[in-house]
Amino acid sequence: MMRPAALAGGLSKAPRAMRRRSPWWRLAGEEAILVVGAILMVMPFAWMVSTALKSPAEILQWPPSFIPENPSLANFVFVFENAPFARWLLNSLILAVSSTVAILLTSALAGYVLAKFSFPGRGPLFVVILATAIVPFEVYMIPLYLTSRNLGLINTMPGVILPFVVMSFGIFFVRQNVLASIPDELIEAGRIDGASESWIFLHVVMPLLSGPLSALGIFAFMQAWNQFVWPLLVANSKMLYTAEVGLALFQTGYTVDFGAVSAGSVISVLPILIVFLALRRRIIDGVALSGLKG
Amino acid sequence: MVKFRLPGRTVRGRWAFAYLTLAPVVAIYLYLRIIPISQTFIMSFYEWNLIARRRPFIGLENYAGLMRDQAFITALANTTVIAFGILALSVPSALFVATLLAKPRWLSAVYETAFFLPVVTSMVPATLAWKWILDAKLGPLNQFVGWFGIPPQAWLIKPELAIFSVILLSAWKLLGYNMIIFLVGMRNIPATYYEAAEIDGASPGQRFWFITLPLIRPILLFVSVITVIQSYNVYTQVYVLASDAQGAPGYVVRVLVYDMIENGFRFFRMGYASAEAMILLGIVLVLTAVQFGALRDRR
Repeated sequence: MMRPAALAGGLSKAPRAMRRRSPWWRLAGEEAILVVGAILMVMPFAWMVSTALKSPAEILQWPPSFIPENPSLANFVFVFENAPFARWLLNSLILAVSSTVAILLTSALAGYVLAKFSFPGRGPLFVVILATAIVPFEVYMIPLYLTSRNLGLINTMPGVILPFVVMSFGIFFVRQNVLASIPDELIEAGRIDGASESWIFLHVVMPLLSGPLSALGIFAFMQAWNQFVWPLLVANSKMLYTAEVGLALFQTGYTVDFGAVSAGSVISVLPILIVFLALRRRIIDGVALSGLKG
Repeated sequence: MVKFRLPGRTVRGRWAFAYLTLAPVVAIYLYLRIIPISQTFIMSFYEWNLIARRRPFIGLENYAGLMRDQAFITALANTTVIAFGILALSVPSALFVATLLAKPRWLSAVYETAFFLPVVTSMVPATLAWKWILDAKLGPLNQFVGWFGIPPQAWLIKPELAIFSVILLSAWKLLGYNMIIFLVGMRNIPATYYEAAEIDGASPGQRFWFITLPLIRPILLFVSVITVIQSYNVYTQVYVLASDAQGAPGYVVRVLVYDMIENGFRFFRMGYASAEAMILLGIVLVLTAVQFGALRDRR
């Protein structure tokens, strides 16, 4: 997706200084709007946690209570006893880590080569890579499914990972960063010193790309963790579900048991939320800087 | 005179490196992107059934069939309403919140985190959280509307309300992303513009309308187009809201990808489903072209 040049600065740029203060009633009004907005955004999470801690009787109570009267972890125990949630989380982790490693590797290599080497076919190749980024995954999902079937990858972990080993945006993103921050002279200097191309890539280029690559890595991880349609089609046995698929299918079996499903939701949200709160600044800046979006 | 290494060898090394590293990437692209995309295009002209032996070429018959298919027409209409509904709900509100957060505040970090939280949450648990809120019998939303004297609504069962519910939860999830992109654009506007406007006595509303809005227009366009494109792929929300015994809004809120997967993987009519995929691609291409065109016009 084409991004406007105006986004180039990222969020790190210092906010503009305000010369004069606004009147107090305006400031108070703005804060009030933001507080109410923030509460509304967080409300669904709070409701989910509250429901997960309630007893079945309290869940069926009307009007609904917001704070559980006798909070208990019974729903969590029930969930772990009745569904392989730990396994599903592990599968999500395997998918996300494999996909992230593969995307970082292919993006770094291809992005660097496309930025710094001239060879016949470079232009068209870059255009093709960018053009495929526009095509939504759902468009070519059916042929990809048939390919995986021919390869015998249906209902296997490699089959679940298969589509997520490259990201066009990743290649584009690395290329832009190489063009902007790695001068030709640096690479030439390495060549004159007699270094091989792979040595230059590993010891000169990669260290300079650590910032952009970590932003890309965080994004690739979250993108893989959030995959739903493909794992749903490919993973047919319970032990191969990802957390997303497992939870979606788990809830069909326990329609009325809001407590259990909420506990399952909390369990599958928790890992990502912890990562987000720990790396909050980096993640928000990374998104801002790159405009990353699936 | 210093003797340099023979250029021939380094140049050859360079070429070898470029081709060796690109070869696997090109192979992956061919195998996982280019060929499948072409296959979708080709399959859309065949009566391609997974369990049938004969798969005859039928020209545009799949497309003609779609035009007569009430389920597809409904899906296309619903998806369009949802995509533009999400646009109408999430983009203005994101712009508004970004305007408030553009200047530093004591609680800036808290607000940013709260608004961004739904963005990082995966779709299934996020939808489940909303599913309980929207529940007709036990959900707090009905309690909330009750305070205004509105009787309880079947949010997930009545078609119009179910579509509204999908829009509401998707906009909630997207708002933070759009807000951050707007914030970047706003913080890149030079402070001198605002200072000059303030000296001339411009009100906050005028400053927004005459400085902020014109300067972030390309970003506004970018955010709007990706919001609509993304929303045309809506599926997970509908799947999760649909997959239960009571209401099955999957049939109430039939969306494009849902219809496509049903045709392809339940009825095994993969040629027919491929034609649907091509229509989805067509929509995305038109939207992308609109963005490119609009960006070029102003230069």
